[in-house]
Amino acid sequence: MGKRAAIVGFGQTYQRSSRKDVNGRELINEAVRSALADAELTINDIDAVVIGNMDHFEGINYVDMWSVEGSGAVMKPIMKVTTGGTTGTTIAMCAYYHVASGLFEKVLAIGWEKNSESDTTGAIITAFHPVWERPNLGGAVAGLAVEASKYMSNYKITERDGARVAARERLHALNNPYAHLHQEWMKGMKVEQIVDLLVTSEQNQVLAYPLRMSDMCPRTDGAAAAIFASEDVAEKIVPTPAWIHATTNRHNYVYLGDLDWNVNETLRDSSRKVFKKVGIKDPLKEIDVCELYLPYSYAGLKWMEDIGFCGPGEGPKLVWDGITDMDGELPVNPSGGVMSSNPIGASGLIRVGEAAIQIMRKAGARQVQKDVNFAFATGFGGCSWADVMLLGKQKPA
Amino acid sequence: MEKIAIVGLGQTKYKGSREETFDELVFEAVNLALSDAGAEIGDIDNVVTVSNDFWDGRTISSMAVTEASGAWDKDISTVEGDGIFGTLYGMMRILSGSFNSTLVVAHVKGSEGEMNLITNAMFDPIYQRALGIDATSSAALQARCYMEKTGATEEDFARVSVKNHKNAFGNPYSQLPMEISVEDVMKSRKIAEPLKLFDCSPISDGAAAVILSNKQGLKRFKKDPVWILGVGHCSDSYTLGYRDLTNTRALKNAAQRAFTMASIKDPMKELHVAELYDAYSYMELLWYEGLGLAADGKGFELIRSGATEMTGDLPVNPSGGVLSAHPVLVAGLARLIESTIQIRGEAGKRQVKGASKALAQGINGPCGQAHGIIVLGS
Repeated sequence: MGKRAAIVGFGQTYQRSSRKDVNGRELINEAVRSALADAELTINDIDAVVIGNMDHFEGINYVDMWSVEGSGAVMKPIMKVTTGGTTGTTIAMCAYYHVASGLFEKVLAIGWEKNSESDTTGAIITAFHPVWERPNLGGAVAGLAVEASKYMSNYKITERDGARVAARERLHALNNPYAHLHQEWMKGMKVEQIVDLLVTSEQNQVLAYPLRMSDMCPRTDGAAAAIFASEDVAEKIVPTPAWIHATTNRHNYVYLGDLDWNVNETLRDSSRKVFKKVGIKDPLKEIDVCELYLPYSYAGLKWMEDIGFCGPGEGPKLVWDGITDMDGELPVNPSGGVMSSNPIGASGLIRVGEAAIQIMRKAGARQVQKDVNFAFATGFGGCSWADVMLLGKQKPA
Repeated sequence: MEKIAIVGLGQTKYKGSREETFDELVFEAVNLALSDAGAEIGDIDNVVTVSNDFWDGRTISSMAVTEASGAWDKDISTVEGDGIFGTLYGMMRILSGSFNSTLVVAHVKGSEGEMNLITNAMFDPIYQRALGIDATSSAALQARCYMEKTGATEEDFARVSVKNHKNAFGNPYSQLPMEISVEDVMKSRKIAEPLKLFDCSPISDGAAAVILSNKQGLKRFKKDPVWILGVGHCSDSYTLGYRDLTNTRALKNAAQRAFTMASIKDPMKELHVAELYDAYSYMELLWYEGLGLAADGKGFELIRSGATEMTGDLPVNPSGGVLSAHPVLVAGLARLIESTIQIRGEAGKRQVKGASKALAQGINGPCGQAHGIIVLGS
């Protein structure tokens, strides 16, 4: 059997729309140094490196090779993994398996993206079938707009419900110095007032009905790095490592036309699988904080139902009742989430890292007040794909 | 380390151009591997695909092969790099205790890409790309360094090409079996000084798959296991100017990890066959040195001695090697498959008699920046 593994260090760059002050390798280096400093380790302590991004954003082939002088992987084992939007969580999973295999003791996981150097939607469109899907559904916004429309139609959801999620994410981001979007104008305003503004403002342009600018994630320059360590050393590095209790994923679909738009099936199945493995019966009660890859607002309603935090159509009530706010029963995305910073190849790893620092109680102004026993992180990408990881304060049985 | 076995393998025939789309090639390789293992897709616990967005001309290239790889309702991940690295990850996923079997599949359609542009894109975008440097012209620099440093000649490189293309006649999957002489190689068209056409591998289409299993998983598979005895991978520096291109320290590091795990002290004596990543003829000589089959600077003497011929002490690339078929990303996995076939004793005309210990190599990056090594045994 393999080794238990935990996150013992996490670091990220300041996420911004354009980091002209650094090139890609310097950006990576910034995150790596920050993670090493967090764990009080040096690069010499690292046994292997895992890195990922989406090639066509920066136009650099063999990024694992190109980056070694920034990542610190010179004369070390390094591997690149990449799966589109889920890349960041895929990197975390890969680093976890490196350690769990027993082959490596301390593994550095790096995700990064410099979206300012790309035509993001132009690159994403080429992920879809050249004949059947690129002309109509391809790109990041279109498929999500279809999902939102179907969800609205199924449960009489309104644009205000979507805007409520957007308000939460952006309000949380104000506590996170690393977040890209700091919407200072929201400070001190009532949530209802923010929601009213978001759904009525002409400046808040509709991109694809029902999605407005405020409903979508931005495109961001940024990098993140996490250090995974085996049970043999984790507790010697930090007093409270964030243990990986379970991780799984489902990347079932190739064609958007094959999706059942009523349910996010991959997220539902992945979540159920890890909850079952760890013995979680009531996720709303048993999970203490979430860092979910919510690329757009309505995901913060519908996907909560698919994960199993509430029943079908009950997402809006959960969110309006404040349960997912910082002081709620289940704070969701204290970091501000993907809707506040989206360096795509890093976004999933940031979710995992932010979940880890909540357990390690290193989250500063965005630290949830309650005790964190379990933290749940997800990744989203591809054609409605899901990666999930459940982290915990207790060493797994 | 818990022992992991290769229990199934499949490869398509490698050709300069295949009509099938790359998901069709993946489907073919996966089905061949399953039938080789006497298994069904339900016997596979998780999948690792190998793809590269540049070679596929598609963002999230892994998405196009998800269905074809049989990954529906399974854990899946994607390695971007040579298939050897995909295999290393597939193995780690079993060792973690989460799975008993992994399917690893790699594909490429080189015919649909522009090698010069795709490999130019691995160089620094500001200072180097504008020079037009690509995989071949950077390899030429490395070949020249090697000649300067060791006294190896272009004829020595040619000897590798003659040997491997001849070996390819024994391999039904190979693209370029050729009966050529050193003189033919020397007279072939100059590509990038000192490399000539027959010093360079072709661009190929194809896919390959392997099935890995631990001991608990073995009962699902009918094929006798071939065991992974040791693994290692390591990357050198990136900037060519920072590297001594004749120094094989990254390969030495990767090989040492694998040899230590496999308890191999003298690879030349203990290995029975090696399948190396000879993307260019001279590379085989450098890799001899990195693997400890020859002393530093003496790789060319090994090819001259005939020790790596089919009849020699340690046949290298009985399959014809990468020089005889180069499906990028797939090529290292093909080396692993060929090594497995040798140990099974199923290699037909290319069989090395009594082979029970074999080595397979994959590389990544310009001039063999990173290496992945897998040692197999019966």
